[in-house]
Amino acid sequence: MTIKEYIPTYVGTVTKYVFIDSPNITPQTLAIRAYEISEGLMVKETCFGLQITGEPEQVKKLIVELRKVDSAHIFVKDRGFPPGDPRRCRANLGGARPGYYGHEFECGLLKFVSHGLEELDKKKPKPVPQMSKKKLDQGKLPLNRLIEIISNEEA
Amino acid sequence: MAKVFIFPTTSLVLSDMVERWGHEALGAAVGIREKIQTPSLESPPLQMTPEDPKKGLKYAAVEVPCGVRGRMSLYGPMIEEADAAIIINDSDLSFGCMGCARTNELVMFMLRQRKEMPLLDIKYPETEDEGIAFVTQIKDFLAGLEGENDE
Repeated sequence: MTIKEYIPTYVGTVTKYVFIDSPNITPQTLAIRAYEISEGLMVKETCFGLQITGEPEQVKKLIVELRKVDSAHIFVKDRGFPPGDPRRCRANLGGARPGYYGHEFECGLLKFVSHGLEELDKKKPKPVPQMSKKKLDQGKLPLNRLIEIISNEEA
Repeated sequence: MAKVFIFPTTSLVLSDMVERWGHEALGAAVGIREKIQTPSLESPPLQMTPEDPKKGLKYAAVEVPCGVRGRMSLYGPMIEEADAAIIINDSDLSFGCMGCARTNELVMFMLRQRKEMPLLDIKYPETEDEGIAFVTQIKDFLAGLEGENDE
């Protein structure tokens, strides 16, 4: 048996799964939104959502934006392999990848978790309007108006 | 931001909850990614080499199967590194094509041995009310961790 050297690809990147389980948003809608703001990240649309690969900071920013679409129904998870890796891709294995069954089981419970997240949001206290810093000339006579009064007095 | 070890280590829900509320989830994907992105000898599919069961000797005895020791070489350092842990107790998915029941027992034993580490024991929700309790428990637990690992 010959031992080959292993040269990794996509070094320094992270891959995230984005699962969408929403009655209003489809993976396609989310993918289009992701393409709009992805700035060079690799975005792959799947039946359950997306896979996003790229620099950790950029991926984090994109995830924050995507969560805004439907926060209670979008779930994100790390992935060890990049998308399409021949060691994991079902195109090469001829069947579901090993991690699929775990996702399938948890996806069945997402509706309960989403309900919990929605209820949690409802319980949030209403934000109190913040007073902004008072401007220096706030409530004082505007300069233009003062000049106008003086010129009227002189006339 | 605290480092939170999650069990099952492949859990989508736990991984999401931890990151949603601003902490770092330590799970299988993090360890596997490190292996996949490190140059070494070709050893598909998970790049586990004969060196890994040797590293696992720190956590399990030599007569323990090498599958357990190999897995512990991934999870052991993460358990040591973790500031907190969340365990879902009724997680059948952690034992199957990619899981190992003996490793799971050892992981949970190691987590419970760290008495000083905050630990949350929960179960998967099966109703909407349990869903609310599930999310609230995790959020309250994570809120209590804030600042532990801040720089």
